[in-house]
Amino acid sequence: MIEYIWLIPFFPLLGVVINGVLGIHFPRRFIGLIGCTTILLSFLVSCLIFLELIQLPPAARVFEVTLYRWIPCGDLQVNIGFLVDALSLVMMLTVSGVSFVIHVYSIGYMHNDPGYRRYFTYLNLFVFFMLTLVSANSFLLMFIGWEGVGLCSYLLIGFWYKNKAPADAGKKAFIVNRIGDYGFLLAMMLIFVVFGTLDFLPIFEKAPDIFRGGELTIILITLLLFLGACGKSAQIPLYVWLPDAMEGPTPVSALIHAATMVTAGVYMVARCHVLYSLAPFSMWVVAIVGAVTAIYTASIAIVNNDIKRVLAYSTISQLGYMFLACGVGAFAAGIFHLMTHAFFKGLLFLCAGSVMHALSGELDMRKMGSLRLHLPITYWTFLMGCLAIAGIFPFAGFFSKDEILWNAFQRNIFLWAVGAIAAFMTAFYMFRAVFMTFHGESRVEPEVAKHVHESPPIMTNPLVALAILSTIGGLVGIPIIRGWNRFHDFLAPVLGGHEVHLADKSMAGVAYASEIATHGVEIMHHSVGLELLMMVVSLVIGIAGIVTAYYLYLKRPQLPEKIAQRFKQLYHLLYHKYFVDEIYFAYVVTPINSISTFFWKFFDDKVVDGAMVNGSAWLVKRVSGGLKRLQTGYVQHYALSILLGVLFVLYLILKR
Amino acid sequence: MVPISHYLVLSVILFFIGVFGVFIRRNAIVIFMCIELMLNSANLAFIAFARYLDSMDGQIFVFFVMTVAAAEAAVGLGIIIALYRNRETINVDDINLMKW
Repeated sequence: MIEYIWLIPFFPLLGVVINGVLGIHFPRRFIGLIGCTTILLSFLVSCLIFLELIQLPPAARVFEVTLYRWIPCGDLQVNIGFLVDALSLVMMLTVSGVSFVIHVYSIGYMHNDPGYRRYFTYLNLFVFFMLTLVSANSFLLMFIGWEGVGLCSYLLIGFWYKNKAPADAGKKAFIVNRIGDYGFLLAMMLIFVVFGTLDFLPIFEKAPDIFRGGELTIILITLLLFLGACGKSAQIPLYVWLPDAMEGPTPVSALIHAATMVTAGVYMVARCHVLYSLAPFSMWVVAIVGAVTAIYTASIAIVNNDIKRVLAYSTISQLGYMFLACGVGAFAAGIFHLMTHAFFKGLLFLCAGSVMHALSGELDMRKMGSLRLHLPITYWTFLMGCLAIAGIFPFAGFFSKDEILWNAFQRNIFLWAVGAIAAFMTAFYMFRAVFMTFHGESRVEPEVAKHVHESPPIMTNPLVALAILSTIGGLVGIPIIRGWNRFHDFLAPVLGGHEVHLADKSMAGVAYASEIATHGVEIMHHSVGLELLMMVVSLVIGIAGIVTAYYLYLKRPQLPEKIAQRFKQLYHLLYHKYFVDEIYFAYVVTPINSISTFFWKFFDDKVVDGAMVNGSAWLVKRVSGGLKRLQTGYVQHYALSILLGVLFVLYLILKR
Repeated sequence: MVPISHYLVLSVILFFIGVFGVFIRRNAIVIFMCIELMLNSANLAFIAFARYLDSMDGQIFVFFVMTVAAAEAAVGLGIIIALYRNRETINVDDINLMKW
């Protein structure tokens, strides 16, 4: 079955061709059916490959399937090929599974939209590129997927392109991503210069031989790769596009801007963990950027009133967690959180979509309230998602977030503290959203309130499916008890037991590869008691956040207003998102606009058009105006010039 | 015996009289005659070399040149007559249609 890996990205592409090229006269039901079926087939193929892979011994679970030679050009040999190992398979399962659920939801959510066919074509195209990204066996093919998902993200954010806000948001996302992609591209070139190939396996094999660890080149490669990850996964300083991306349809926010595409950066860092292990400095950068992003965006989410924006900032914050995990060497924990986050954040966004559906597109949480009576399924599923993201036992987020915090704690207490505060904020703002939306008094506008209704089953069933995953999804990675952390064990052959290893010797990445091969997960030898204590601590932190939200937004609903008045400046700062958009506008966008205007008005109009184009014509005209006087029309003048010429030639001949 | 250089110098003198005639004169017929003069100076040089080298080649050439000159005179005079009919003049200063 493994050699049929190419079917996984192929099916969504087939969907694109069928819907996009042939689908003009198809009925809507059929278009939706095609969109969902193709993704379901991809998911089934992923499952079959997974079942086949777990039959094999852990060390043998790496396969490279080459489809054909793509670029044979001197030293540069690039194949269209796929890498099947535990890491890529986890990603394929997550992406195709969550995509399928969200596709089904989209049938209900988009049922009235005139761009129905375009929507499903783009969505399938996105899944194709995303699956290419995670299954690629070389940096170049990964980059194709990387750019492709960026394109689809642009197309889907600006899906309602006739309005200005979505069109602008799409452009912003695309341009900000370009900056990151530039880093990726440079890193790729550097990798080719150093390693002479772009395929993953040879690079990771050679890396420990070429670098002792900590050289400038490897730091540069990893930092440039991380710049790419920052763009795609919306980390400081390139996170600004993600909140605006909420202008797109809500299932798109769920699929692209929460569950899958934005996690591509985390996947890429985890995929290159061998390189990162050789560059401790880069690891620190990754960890610090992740931690700062986590707490920074969580603080913005606390005061925001737009339900989708809250979720968007929460997404950035959770991505920060994943990078924190990667930065402290706990790559498996990062991927674990990536997977559980895909479940519960996808769920939360779909619930938000369901709320919007009920309230005729209302996003402002101040105009909601008491909706649990009208939207019971949405309420309960949303609640489960919130419990999961807040890290409450035994929901999925508890296990993954706790693993990250535990690893951060072992590495550096400050990183842990930042993560813990962010966890408190997360629990707080998520339950603030729950209480503002579903509890308390109804603040829904009377006009809208008349037709508040629960969504149809085609939308609620995906909610239930994701809610179940958010609840039990964490059980694949139960810590402490050996053999119960199946997720970790599954990834171990690829990612190894880095975390503890790195904690005690931060400077040397030399022996990793060999040691991991021999010891595997056996290196896990931390103190069980301390870990249990930390679990209780993170649980308490989560509950504290929920209780605070309960107290402020249900018991004393007037209190938040007073606090906002009391700390007016801080509130103002948070409410305006630290004015980052304004700062970027003043210091990046405006100067670029001025320079562009200069180049347009002066360089293009004056130099190119004026001096070069019109100038050369003017010069030819003037020169020929002078030269034409030689042509008098008198034969005698011509004869004279012939004579002079003959004399000159004679002179030349005689002179010799 | 007259040395060959005398013939050649005479030939050059005749040729340059022809050249300057062509440059200076404005009457088309005079210019035409000057061209004939140049052709005949060349003929003179041919004859002189033929005698000097004791070869008949030069004299044969002169026959050809004279034939061509006769044909040329016929065509040239025809052109001049046609020109006069059109423009009422054979002054070359007035015939500058080839100008820009």
